[in-house]
Amino acid sequence: MSEAPRPKRRFRQRTVIPGFGLTLGYTLTCLGVIVLLPLATLVAKAAGLGPAGIWAVATDPRVASALRVSFGVSLLAALTASIFGGIVAWVLTRYDFPGRKLADAVVDLPFALPTAVAGIALASLYAPNGAVGSQLAKIGIEAAYTPVGIFIAMVFIGLPFAVRTVQPLIAEIDKEVEEASAILGASRIATLTRVVLPPLIPAVLTGFALAFARGVGEYGSIIFIAGNLPYVSEIAPLLIVIKLSEFDYEGASAIAVIMLAISFVTLLAINLIQAWSRRRFGYV
Amino acid sequence: MSDAVASLPDSPDGTIRPAQSVVTERPWIRWLLIAVALTFLALFLVLPLITVFAQALAKGWGAYLAAFTEPDAQSAIRLTLTVAAIAVPFNLVFGVAAAWAIAKFEFRGKNLLVTLIDLPFSVSPVVSGLIYVLVFGSRGLFGPVLLEHDIQIIFAVPGIVLATVFVTFPFVARQLIPLMQEQGTTEEEAALTLGASGWHAFRTVTLPNIRWGLLYAVLLCNARAMGEFGAVSVVSGHIRGLTNTLPLHVEILYNEYNFVASFAVASLLAGLALVTLVIKSLLEWRYADDIAAGTRRH
Repeated sequence: MSEAPRPKRRFRQRTVIPGFGLTLGYTLTCLGVIVLLPLATLVAKAAGLGPAGIWAVATDPRVASALRVSFGVSLLAALTASIFGGIVAWVLTRYDFPGRKLADAVVDLPFALPTAVAGIALASLYAPNGAVGSQLAKIGIEAAYTPVGIFIAMVFIGLPFAVRTVQPLIAEIDKEVEEASAILGASRIATLTRVVLPPLIPAVLTGFALAFARGVGEYGSIIFIAGNLPYVSEIAPLLIVIKLSEFDYEGASAIAVIMLAISFVTLLAINLIQAWSRRRFGYV
Repeated sequence: MSDAVASLPDSPDGTIRPAQSVVTERPWIRWLLIAVALTFLALFLVLPLITVFAQALAKGWGAYLAAFTEPDAQSAIRLTLTVAAIAVPFNLVFGVAAAWAIAKFEFRGKNLLVTLIDLPFSVSPVVSGLIYVLVFGSRGLFGPVLLEHDIQIIFAVPGIVLATVFVTFPFVARQLIPLMQEQGTTEEEAALTLGASGWHAFRTVTLPNIRWGLLYAVLLCNARAMGEFGAVSVVSGHIRGLTNTLPLHVEILYNEYNFVASFAVASLLAGLALVTLVIKSLLEWRYADDIAAGTRRH
């Protein structure tokens, strides 16, 4: 090399703070034993089937239908959660009304409520003889034990993601920009659609992706309301449980790896959206 | 500043008073949006919560309380408390150690490490259980070795603890990392320069700085640990009185059409969720800056 000698790149920069080796070592050990080793075992198990074997599992009619239900319904639910979550976030941040703080706290309920509890509550509410289900039955909608029930559970579980990713950005909107837009003659609608909303789009997409990923993997809040009819309302995580109970470890692993792969693509998309947003707007 | 400008027209002595502020919507649109948001929250979030308590008390307090006195319920309560008592402190220690290494030092591969710690959040609960069956199950990676030494992990308490540790793994670390990064290292450096030992500096400088964030993270970690269903369901084996946690007990009772008992046990978990939410909100209102980095909450 003809370049001038550069200082040697170190693994870490010097500091007087102690404990680096100890804490990093402990962190890596825990991470390896608790997270990486088990996940690697899963990938190895599925890899044992080979690409053709995984493809055969994925295209098995019952598996394909479960994957379609999980991903399709989750897409619709995440879309619904994003739209209503956006309205909820806007209302909670911009308007003042009695009970606002209570409503804000309620949004986190799906994070705190165990999924099995949410599951039996939703199932009993939306069952044909339940409080809401009986009303829906009158207008000819069967909610419980159909994909509609899965949709309801996924909206429940995805809502906080949609609200909480957008809310901080709405709070940070500079009202002077809105004023400028209004003073320059824009109508309120024009200000909203052309000044306020565009910077929020990345956050909305992130919330959508998080809600979608959560819905795809969700199990506890869905199985009670879904009815779990093969080919109709059977979700992919349930099929993993069924395969496990039949000691079909390979089949279970294959479905799990397919789900993981799609989740990673979703996470990658989130990161790309955020990187793009940082470049475009200067923040996430 | 912008608030002051926006509120000027509303000042009582303001002589120039526009019909409405330019930075909000017309009143009827405001009220319509508030109505839509509150109806949505009531229908999707509040109603299920009320249902839990209504169903639990459907046959009166006697039937409600009876659900807790039966031995299976009591052993489920004991197991849930035991699992949380192991999983939460484990992740507390891990989270603090990980945050110390990541926030106080600059080293290569840091972003990758943070991503890997977050990994369990993007894994389906069922898959979180499955991976431990593949490692420790009788036909798994270490199955033969464990069988030889007569150690049972899957379909036993250790498996339940492991699955719970996995699903709650990122909670403390991801809360503390941005917080400790924002606080920097100057205070610790000052303490060390004045002769404090590393451990002493951590205890008297770092710990007080992060205590509210830590409490907040532990609270959420505990709620998830006690309420986890999918992952635990896969590794538990559902042995009544032995490997049933509270959420699994709820499922068994529900599938047996014992709705009152099922919802009664569920109401215990819902109560835990409510207490968690109340403390969480109080912490957020009072110590917002001490919980999360910057003004953003998540």
